[in-house]
Amino acid sequence: MSATRLILSVALALGLGASAVAAADRPDPVADAKAFQDYFVKKFPKVAFDDFVNGPYSMNADMRRQWEEKEQFPPYEFALEAGKEMFAKPFKNGKTYADCFPNGGIGIRQNYPYFDDKEGKVITLELALNRCREANGEAPYSYVKDEMASLTAYMAFTSRGKRFDIKIPDDPRALEAYEKGKEYFYTRRGQLNFSCASCHVQSPGERIRAEILAPALGILNAMPIYRSEWSGMGTISRRIVTCNSQTRAVPLEPQSDEYRNLEYYLSYVSNGLPVSGPGARP
Amino acid sequence: MITSVLRTALALGLSLAMSAAAHAQSGAAEGQKLAFDRGKGNCLTCHEIKGGDLPGSIGPKLENLKGRYDRAELTAILNDETTRNPLTVMPPFGRNRILTEQEISAIVDFLQTL
Ligand code: HEC
Ligand code: HEC
Repeated sequence: MSATRLILSVALALGLGASAVAAADRPDPVADAKAFQDYFVKKFPKVAFDDFVNGPYSMNADMRRQWEEKEQFPPYEFALEAGKEMFAKPFKNGKTYADCFPNGGIGIRQNYPYFDDKEGKVITLELALNRCREANGEAPYSYVKDEMASLTAYMAFTSRGKRFDIKIPDDPRALEAYEKGKEYFYTRRGQLNFSCASCHVQSPGERIRAEILAPALGILNAMPIYRSEWSGMGTISRRIVTCNSQTRAVPLEPQSDEYRNLEYYLSYVSNGLPVSGPGARP
Repeated sequence: MITSVLRTALALGLSLAMSAAAHAQSGAAEGQKLAFDRGKGNCLTCHEIKGGDLPGSIGPKLENLKGRYDRAELTAILNDETTRNPLTVMPPFGRNRILTEQEISAIVDFLQTL
């Protein structure tokens, strides 16, 4: 917890190791991701690599035991069932979600978000689902709960165990989106002056009041999640907006460019970790 | 020369400390309330503090402070800990006006009893 150690560890997490500094003017996502993953692996030598996707449970044995008991009757079961039904049910025009996605939407969660070279922007799974609805004449869903959580829960479930495989194509706009997401993640904001990294890079495993902070490595792999505190499911959008408001910062619109870039960065640096969603949290 | 001494004194929070000394006794009880209040200091989010429930563990346990820091130093930590440690996660309570000067002074009274 000493200041020097903190500075050192954050510098490492930011990919500012000696070699990276030398090449600082040229963004290097491959080196970033390696430095990022090494930081967590070194900080938590007892946590198996694949276990980072289990968020707070990877950090705390007591919580883990309670969770394993709960997984006998997972609280996201209802959302999963609903999502499966919704996914199969044709739109009014007779088409289905399967028509909008590669491989009929099955087992593809690990490829999201991706960079779309026609649009020049990051496309998240939640965004792609609403675009699919709109393209077929249906109203979009709220990004933060119920239906969107059910659909993404089902899509994650069919992809469980597949490893995140986020690509940054050879396109300066893709690299820029990645860099912007990274910058958002490490920038302090709000009256309380927190960055995402303050909590999820500097303090994972620590208690903030009664909650154990999840590590940023693998932090999206379990989404969407059921939270007792929400008495329901929440999407990636919901979680990020909640974290932003908790720090007395003004949250952005779900699926704003900033959040899409953020998700791109966070997912890329978690490449190689398996999809574990949907998840359950206390 | 004098202005630079003055400026340093201000930077150290000495002016706060001097005006606060008078209120020290009644301050400690009020300071404890402010420190534990979730809408104010909410210090228990990160620190274990004697008398507080459900503390977090992000910061060190707050104890034996009197022996290690004087009023000005404690005031400075509360005002903006990033001046001591740019990477700290502790919010800048004074700089960002999360707490007023008087509130910080009362909390420092309380911290000096720990
Ligand atoms: C002041 C602390 C704090 C900050 C700053 C913060 N979070 Fe969180 N975050 C939490 C807490 C507490 C939880 C719930 C416990 C947990 O799972 O970590 C959480 C959970 C999450 C989760 C779900 C993890 C899981 O496995 O359940 C994600 C994703 C997340 N945060 C992303 C972010 C992003 C992105 C930012 C910045 C925009 C951010 N957080 C900023 C405190 C914070
Ligand atoms: C979000 C986390 C957080 C909150 C909230 C917080 N602190 Fe801190 N505090 C820390 C951390 C981390 C340190 C360790 C030093 C550093 O990071 O520079 C610290 C250090 C301190 C120290 C120095 C302790 C020592 O033993 O050297 C004092 C005194 C202190 N905090 C008081 C407070 C008070 C009083 C409040 C509430 C008004 C508060 N803190 C709220 C995180 C926090």
